This record gives sequence, C-alpha cells and structure tokens, in this order.
Amino acid sequence: MTTATRPPATSGASRVEVRTTARRRPAPGVIALYTVAALAALLWLVPLAWAIATSIKPEGETTAMPPTWFTANPTFEAYLNVLGRGDIVRWTANSLISTTLVTVLTLIVCVLAAYGFSRFDFRGRPWLFALIIGGILIPPQTLIVPQFVLMTQLGLVDTYWGIALPQVVAPVFVFILKRFFDAIPRDYEDAARMDGAGPVRVLWSVVLPLSRPILTAVGIFTFIGAWNNFLWPFLVTTAPEMMTLPVGLGTVMGGYGIQYAQVMASAVLGAVPLLVVFLLFQRHIVTGVAGAGIKG
Amino acid sequence: MTHSTTDSTRTVTGGAGDASHVVVDVRRRPTTWTGLWFVLPFLAFYLLFLVWPAIVGLGYSFTDRSLAGGPVSLVGLDNWNESLTDPALYDSLWNTLVFTLLSVPIMVLLALGLALLTDHARRLGWFLRLSFFAPFVLPVAVMALIWEWMYNPSLGLFNGVLGQIGLEGSQWLFSEDTAMFSVVIATAWWQVGFNYLLYLAAMQSIPKDVYEAASIDGAGAWQRVGRITLPMLSRTTVLITVLQLIGSLRVFEQVYLMTGGGPNFATRTIIQYIYDSGFVGLRIGLASSMAYIFMALVVVVSIAQFRFFAQKED
Repeated sequence: MTTATRPPATSGASRVEVRTTARRRPAPGVIALYTVAALAALLWLVPLAWAIATSIKPEGETTAMPPTWFTANPTFEAYLNVLGRGDIVRWTANSLISTTLVTVLTLIVCVLAAYGFSRFDFRGRPWLFALIIGGILIPPQTLIVPQFVLMTQLGLVDTYWGIALPQVVAPVFVFILKRFFDAIPRDYEDAARMDGAGPVRVLWSVVLPLSRPILTAVGIFTFIGAWNNFLWPFLVTTAPEMMTLPVGLGTVMGGYGIQYAQVMASAVLGAVPLLVVFLLFQRHIVTGVAGAGIKG
Repeated sequence: MTHSTTDSTRTVTGGAGDASHVVVDVRRRPTTWTGLWFVLPFLAFYLLFLVWPAIVGLGYSFTDRSLAGGPVSLVGLDNWNESLTDPALYDSLWNTLVFTLLSVPIMVLLALGLALLTDHARRLGWFLRLSFFAPFVLPVAVMALIWEWMYNPSLGLFNGVLGQIGLEGSQWLFSEDTAMFSVVIATAWWQVGFNYLLYLAAMQSIPKDVYEAASIDGAGAWQRVGRITLPMLSRTTVLITVLQLIGSLRVFEQVYLMTGGGPNFATRTIIQYIYDSGFVGLRIGLASSMAYIFMALVVVVSIAQFRFFAQKED
C-alpha cells in the first residue's frame, strides 16, 4: 500500500495520516504512474477492441481509409453469417470434447504417477523418474512425423482420441504435482492407513482434498494448453468437420479472404470460450502461476 | 536426487516425538510394487507417445520412407548428409535464432515493466491484470487473424493511423526486413501475460517491512525499486529467461499462420521446415533427420542453461 504513496520522511508511525493526505492530493509521481498504467492497459486492449469494432461494421465499411472506430450502422450480420454456416459451432464442440478428454486423462495419470513417485519406493524408481523428467527437454514438435505415422497405424486420424491421446504426456505436471505432494505431511495418511484405508483410498480421500489448489491450477493450464494447441490437431485432422476451433479458424477462415467483418466476427467468437473461462477462474489462474513460479 | 533430499528433510523435521518410527518408515521403506502401479498409466502414455516415436523417428532417418507409402529401403547416412549440407536448414535455424534473440529480451523486460506498473498502481490491479493477461488465453489462430488484419498494408489499422499523423506506413508482414519483427511484436502482446504473472507474484511475495524499513531510511520510490525489488527478483528473472528461451526456440504456429514462412522464406522456422519436408514434401526420412538435429540443439541449449544458472545460484 505504501508503495503507491510518498513515504513519510520522518517516521513510519504517521503512516495512516500520510495515506489519508495522499488520497486527497495525490503526488504528481502517483498521478503519472496511474496515467501510464491505465494507458498501457488500454493499449493492450486495442487489438481485441479493433476486432470487435470491425466485426459489427457493415461489410462495405470495413475497408474505409482512414480507419474509423465507430460505425453509424452497427450490425450483427457478420456474426449471423458466420454462425449460420455452422462450422464454427462444430469446431467449438470438437474442441470441447477433445480438450475435456485431454484434461481429464492428464489429471488422472499425472496425479497417480506423482503420488507413486512421492510416496512409494520401488525398484527402478530413480531411473524412471529421471527418464520422465528428461522428457521435459524434448520439444514435442520434433516428434510430429513418427507420432503421425503411429496414429495412421492405429487408425486414429480424424478422431477425438487421435487429437487427445498424444497431448496427455505432460512430464512437467508430474514434476509439479510430486513436489506439491512431497510437501504434504504424511501424518494424515498414516492415520487413514491405520484405519485400514488402501493406497488409492488414501490418495482419494486424504491427499486430493488437500491438493485442491494445485489440481485446479494444473487442470486449468492443461485445458488452456489443449484448447489452444494448434500443430498436433492441425496434422491429425484432415476432414473439416473434425477440426478443432484453432485449426478451423487458422486453415478455413483464410479462405474467406476480404470479408473482414466476418473474419473478425469468427475471431471474436473463437476468443469467447476461453475468455469466459479466464474471467470465471481468474483468481485460480493467477495463484496457480504464482505457486508454480515461486517454488520453481 | 530430489526424493533423497525430501526423505532426509522428512527424517529431520518429523523426528520430534518418536524419531525411531520415522527413521524406520523412511530409510527402510519396504520396496513393493505398489508405487509402480501408480506410475504405470502415465508410463504407458509416455512410452507409447513419446519414447516409441522418438526411437522410431531415429530409425526413419536412415531410410527413404515416404508419407505417400511405397517400398522403404535403408539409405545409411544419406538423409543426415543432405540435411547437414542443406543451406535452407541453416536459414531456418537462423530465422529461429533471430526470433529467439528478439523475443526473449522483449518478453522478459516488458513483463517486468508491466508487473512493476501493476505492483505500484494497486488500485487499478484487477483491470491491469485483466488487460495484460487476457491475450494469453486466445487461440493462436484468433491472435493471427486479428494481427494480420491490423498489419494489412493497404487497409489495416496501423498504416491507417500512421497515415493520419503524416507518417509513411510499413509493409509489416509483407517485407523480408520487417516480417519477423512484426511477428515478435504480435507474440509479445499475445504471450507476455504469463511472464508478467510470474513477476507479479514474485513482487507481491517480497515482505512489506523491507520496503517500510527502506522508506524510514529515506529511500525514494525509484531507489526502492532499484535496490530492493530488482535484486530480490533475480531468481524469478533467471526462471523466466530460461523458460522463455526454451519456449522461443520452439516457435512455429504464429509465424506459420501469419506469414506462412514468407516472404521468400525469410520467416520460415526450423519446425516449419521439418513440417514442410515431412508433410508437404512427404519425405519422412529426411524430416526425421532434421527433427533430430533440432532436438539435439534444444537439449544441449537447455542443459547448458540449467548448468550455467545452477552454478550461478550457488
């Protein structure tokens, strides 16, 4: 709080007083700071605002030069045209299905693996852990060719499983979750075990409830990552009706060429689902990044 | 490595009441198969979709296998020779390096600047966080569509505004000289939010009394930023730089969507060249050798970075 106000020159005791004065007459430095901050934030919103402004113009006005921000004849025609074609709805559904698959599977397998590494000793454990953590170094994009051949052999091209399965391999989440589990005191689990609970039961009813923040963070970031993944779904879907939202927007929309209001309307529609997720989970996202960063 | 440290800490911290129990529990933890069952599902995915493709891909690089099918024969080191003597491969590596060298400093410093603003302008906190982070959740295709439209040389917002204030516009994505830089600017807008949140979290975890003590000693706002905030953020800066460098080397999607690698291949990154060779040129063997050359470079850079920064931290 004091960082935003002028520090008292004499002593720290009069802080409350200083703060009330500052509220009435902010120092020039504070005014400048807030002005710069507000301008930067507004500048950051320009691309999104421009996309929205373009999308509600009649198609004939979009190419006017010099550009205008506000149209005298706002219209939702571009949105109706895009939605009427139907493919963007289909792509959104595809994204929702494949992304949910990725998120659920990732959470299950990563939590199990992290708990196994955190709590149990077994033959070859250090080796296996090193092997999995080493996978963080490998850029997944370098494996696209053999992964694609594998998917062809498994007959999973143009299927939801084909889109989802290779994305489930996320060694970094095993690492993050293991570190979180390591920090949970084992006394609770010992108590549950003495009551006769098996290892899966202990994980489910003792460890997972204590891990809600990290599970939420991993879940949200898996979801965002899978939703926005482009390269793999782009390779493994060839039929337009199987494309995910980013792939459909990236490949098919280019074909609409100069109908800028429609192109921007589809961009806005493509942005909406995750912006909603972001607004709903803003706090979890912020603390999730914070937790990963500070401990990292 | 990691688990042994944890175990010994556990022995120390847990040794309050009945130390003997803890020591038995940890040191002679029974070696059972239970842990392996937990690890098995992940391991199955990992082996099938990462390890196996990595092995198979290495095998492909010694064959003339085509994506179109047809007979496959061993060709020895031909693909590796062709890749390593291909000027276009070095061009694409160079383009990737240019993107990395431009984007890393911009995305680290910009994140720091925006986080400092947010940390000081507390009353605008939620609005600033929303503006700076929101682009991060946009699909790459959305970001590319919007920026292509703003960069449009004859109809776009940027040249329109420049024209209004009497300046000459730029060709942006359509000139070899400016295309990569234009992509970097768009990328910074899109992705800086993640680094920004990391910085912001680190800043807000600095104890308040440190600042108060400095204020009492008469340090001004700038001095407090320079003498307290920045030094205490050095670990975070290292982390962000490492992550950003590794991330930037893997660049592909936004460049591919915004420029297609052009004009005249001036922005074709190495991953696009692997894609072009394998999925457009259908030469799986050749593409695999390129993928391995790039993978080796990334692994070397990553390990070198970790060792360098690990030494520095000690």
